[in-house]
Amino acid sequence: MDAVQVEVLLQTLIAGILLGGLYALIGIGMTLIMGVMKIINLAHGELMMVAMYLAYWLFVLFNIDPYLSVFIAAPLMFFFGMAIQKYLINPVLKVESILPENQVILTVGIGMVLANLATILFTSDYRSVPVEYASDAWYLSDFWRDSPVELSLSVPWSISFLFAVVITVALWFFLTRTDTGKSIRATAQDMDAAVLMGVNVERMRLITFGLGAALVGAAGCLFIPIYYLYPALGGRFTLIAFVITILGGLGSTVGAIIGGLILGIFESLTATYVGMGWAPVGRFAIFIAALIFLPGGVASILRRQRLGK
Amino acid sequence: MLKVKDIDVFYGDVQVIWGVSFHVKKKEIVSLIGANGAGKSTILKTISGLLRPASGEVLFEGRPIHTIKPFKLIEMGIVHVPEARRLFVEMTVEENLDMGSLKAEAKKRREQTKEMVFELFPRLKERRRQIAGTLSGGEQQMLAIGRGLMSLPRLMMFDEPSLGLAPILVKEIFNVIKRIRDEGTTVLIVEQNVKQTLSIADRAYVLENGRIVMEGTGEEMLRNEHVKTAYLGV
Repeated sequence: MDAVQVEVLLQTLIAGILLGGLYALIGIGMTLIMGVMKIINLAHGELMMVAMYLAYWLFVLFNIDPYLSVFIAAPLMFFFGMAIQKYLINPVLKVESILPENQVILTVGIGMVLANLATILFTSDYRSVPVEYASDAWYLSDFWRDSPVELSLSVPWSISFLFAVVITVALWFFLTRTDTGKSIRATAQDMDAAVLMGVNVERMRLITFGLGAALVGAAGCLFIPIYYLYPALGGRFTLIAFVITILGGLGSTVGAIIGGLILGIFESLTATYVGMGWAPVGRFAIFIAALIFLPGGVASILRRQRLGK
Repeated sequence: MLKVKDIDVFYGDVQVIWGVSFHVKKKEIVSLIGANGAGKSTILKTISGLLRPASGEVLFEGRPIHTIKPFKLIEMGIVHVPEARRLFVEMTVEENLDMGSLKAEAKKRREQTKEMVFELFPRLKERRRQIAGTLSGGEQQMLAIGRGLMSLPRLMMFDEPSLGLAPILVKEIFNVIKRIRDEGTTVLIVEQNVKQTLSIADRAYVLENGRIVMEGTGEEMLRNEHVKTAYLGV
């Protein structure tokens, strides 16, 4: 390999990790909901789309930077998620005779309504937020004059990635250090036992759905400076989140982080070495491979390791 | 302290508990014994609110508890150590104990109670950072009991605490249960290990096909002909 090829590979890996960090954030939200509710939230990408429009309009109308919008959109999405759980999903949960699949179908419906409402309100135009740092980048040669390879790091991509990391770490602290966080994990592991220990499971469901929506909402804001926006984008990201959740192992947070990174790197590699348009093909190839060769996802490997020690 | 009055319980359309009444007095060890499928666990689940009685009532210190939300029972001082332990298997030993002390009163004394649990089960202290799912069966049962104790209960209900344990551990668990009572907690225990249970129980009820067919003190039961032939294999 000559220097140029090494450069391309490293650059591709960097892009993959940056993308993977954001993917992880999307995946964690879905996997949390999956763990506690035992259903896949197929409106996940649409929730992200809603948050993106929020960030977009906050920028256009009030000139609020998308990175600041994280602190506005994520809390709003938290309440939006809780409202969906309380007024739409809970009533369906109460009807015992219908299949759990119906809750999943309900989320599909919610997603469709959101996507089509967005189309009615905002048309199906592609939009993007013209932040001034959109094409800024850091170059390795600025820091290390004699570097044998030249690498660049996009400023908005790296900020978004850092935000994603900080949010993920904060979430980890919440889930492992607070009673509410532990109660959410306990509910996911054994609902009846959680009830016996005094956990208000219904409240945990509300918080979890809110949290999932807030996380994907935050991811939406982080995508705004580096991506474009249109109403139908939700479906695409729902699929991405779904792939990450399967890849990570249903309900596993650590699995979702690793799954997100794998997917990001893999897509980036396909885009560089096969062709831009092939990235989704790569995504689904890895999805099918995961289902065939690693049905339990990354979580099953982690679990095996932990039990083996 | 606990009074179960004439309850009927159904699983779907099938009635499994027929007009069961019994009571537990303060600082007693009361045991429900009976064969597999007699309805023992069902009764505990009904007391702790996971199931609802179709008729009859459950009173704790005179207050009806069969109508309140199940997660609130722990605040009243009732804790249920469920069958098969039902630990949070992907959490550490310590996190499981934390889950036992969510209510404000218990949370305030969390570290103190933890020390007490560790004193009772030194093995748990050694393994405090270990994932609960990796513990042995005996350790898991200790953790399940410890988790229950963390809520500072006034009534503790055990469902088959000796299930699947080696004889020496069974003895240890029963000693612990006795000690818990001696320290002031009332105990209601459901067991298939009839001999051991009766030897620590103040009173016992025999449950057959969802009905109570006999009651008496632990000693009386151990001497009873029917109990002997049906449950002690004598």
